[in-house]
Amino acid sequence: MNQVEKSIRSCVEQGRKAFVPYIMAGDGGLGSLRDKVLFLQDAGATAIEIGIPFSDPVADGETIQQAGERALAEGVTLRAVLQSLQSFKKEVKPEMPLLIMSYLNPILAYGMDAFVQSLRESGVSGLIIPDLPLEESGHIKELLTENGIALIQLVSLTSDQKRMAAIAEQSTGFIYAVTVNGITGAREGFNESLATHLQSLKSISPVPVLAGFGISTPAHVEQLSIHTDGVIVGSAIVDAFDNGDTARISQLIEASKTKMRAAH
Amino acid sequence: MEQMSGSVKQKGRYGKFGGQYVPETLMSALIELEAAYDDASQDPTFTEELDYYLRDFVGRETPLYFAERLTKKIGGAKIYLKREDLNHTGAHKINNSIGQALLAMRMGKRKIVAETGAGQHGVATATACALFGLDCIIFMGKEDVRRQELNVFRMELLGAKVVPVEKGSGTLKDAVNEALRYWVAHVEDTHYILGSALGPHPFPRIVRDFQRVIGVETRRQILEKEGRLPDAVVACIGGGSNAIGMFHPFVKDEKVALYGVEAAGSGIGTGLHAAAIAGGKEGVLHGAYMYILQDEDGFIQEAHSISAGLDYPAVGPEHCHLYDIGRAVYTSVTDEGALAGLRLLSETEGIIPALESAHAIQYVAELAKGMRPDEVVVVCLSGRGDKDVQTVRDALGGGTR
Repeated sequence: MNQVEKSIRSCVEQGRKAFVPYIMAGDGGLGSLRDKVLFLQDAGATAIEIGIPFSDPVADGETIQQAGERALAEGVTLRAVLQSLQSFKKEVKPEMPLLIMSYLNPILAYGMDAFVQSLRESGVSGLIIPDLPLEESGHIKELLTENGIALIQLVSLTSDQKRMAAIAEQSTGFIYAVTVNGITGAREGFNESLATHLQSLKSISPVPVLAGFGISTPAHVEQLSIHTDGVIVGSAIVDAFDNGDTARISQLIEASKTKMRAAH
Repeated sequence: MEQMSGSVKQKGRYGKFGGQYVPETLMSALIELEAAYDDASQDPTFTEELDYYLRDFVGRETPLYFAERLTKKIGGAKIYLKREDLNHTGAHKINNSIGQALLAMRMGKRKIVAETGAGQHGVATATACALFGLDCIIFMGKEDVRRQELNVFRMELLGAKVVPVEKGSGTLKDAVNEALRYWVAHVEDTHYILGSALGPHPFPRIVRDFQRVIGVETRRQILEKEGRLPDAVVACIGGGSNAIGMFHPFVKDEKVALYGVEAAGSGIGTGLHAAAIAGGKEGVLHGAYMYILQDEDGFIQEAHSISAGLDYPAVGPEHCHLYDIGRAVYTSVTDEGALAGLRLLSETEGIIPALESAHAIQYVAELAKGMRPDEVVVVCLSGRGDKDVQTVRDALGGGTR
């Protein structure tokens, strides 16, 4: 079992739900990456998703687009992020998986083999590529699997049962269940049919199911953790770091622990 | 890159180019679109309806015009112009917009989103939406809104909502990003009328098929007029929709040379251009594996061209493949060359071409010069130049003279 799945399962076995914060690498300067990762580790994150800035992030909303632009303005690249991770990987606990979220083109430019090698050297154990659907993932998946790195696939509200089953079959680490039709970013609420969708996905998935997109409040965290193994929170974390409001981050993480424990 | 091939389920490939690199949320819409298009293209009533609108609304077929004075002035091969500028709305874009609007209605979708660069695709799509009573929202880069303000007003007159895109370079690439984001959020009741032979499968195929009418007519017309196929066919390339529509019916005629003309902006050497085949590398943008202008870290670079319609940092996947196998030749013409081409055609033939098409005209002037008088070359005059008059006046520094 991949370290990503192991850490999520261990968290759920202890009566909590997984909480995976997303940060934009290099937002606030690449020097802040270590501080943010170590802060999130201490604050009780289950895994940490590290976004790579890209010039054309079509799956992202305003908050993450702007964070990406700030990072690009700092000259941050995929290569620089992986080097930075390598420099402080000894400070990251072995049971704390680091995930990279990158659009495909920077990875292609890096070169697939070299990229996977660098992921290993930087202690990264999972990869999310938002513009790589199942149909196009074959070769990358093979390379990653050989190297013990998870390729986390996304399932959307528009994926039908057949696709959901096929994606669940192929996803390693966990399944990223996209909770809205749309791009990343804060929202008021969620579609009524979401609970059914998540339950259905959970019932067929051999790997844990985590919900993401639009989750911005402790109430959202609780609501979406009920039918899943946990949540991914992006824009709200990016915003909180940008505003220096780390207490907000702790609140969000706490929401994945306390209520669930009470519910058991 | 070899690393991208190999999966059995991959679809929509032109050699190694193309594919479907999109967020999962869009996959079901692409699968639905592919099925609907397969079904429609086999359905004679769909083809008849499309033909009807192309004939009675768009004004097809367009003439294949022998440019006699231009030919004499150049002093080489006979030059024919395929007059896509005479279509309703002034460019070839309407061929695709009408086709896709009919396809959208067939899928029960009555809301349309589109991107536009020069505004020609936006105007064509707004026109198709007005014709069929569909809701229409168009994303357009802020720089293009500035360059093509009359087209913005035209779209608004036609009932479309035009949304300026402030991000990035404020040009076509950024408009596509926003249109894709909008589509992801409204995918259940909205169809995206992509304007060029780009994007994820099945768009490159659908757009090509709807633009093929250009080449199909040209082939028949030149056989009628000259009793033989042309020696060369020339078209300008941004994403490449008029070019692929013109080329495709000639691809198997190996004696017909195919020339795609990219926008070299200030010159390929300056880095300020839009020539993705000449100056790009393989990669993924907007759902497809193509040649793309990008830096060494894989960040997409801004394209530069005087012509808003060619201002895109990649070239559609089928062109990338035709280049790779050597079936088509891709060359480029600078901003300055395009302006010269525009003046040349205006003065010799009384036709002001779109700045996009002026790239092809300028290249044809060079090409025909080196050919014999008994040889024949056809150039796709993809659009008329009314929309560019202001830009041209600014560039030429002229006023009333």
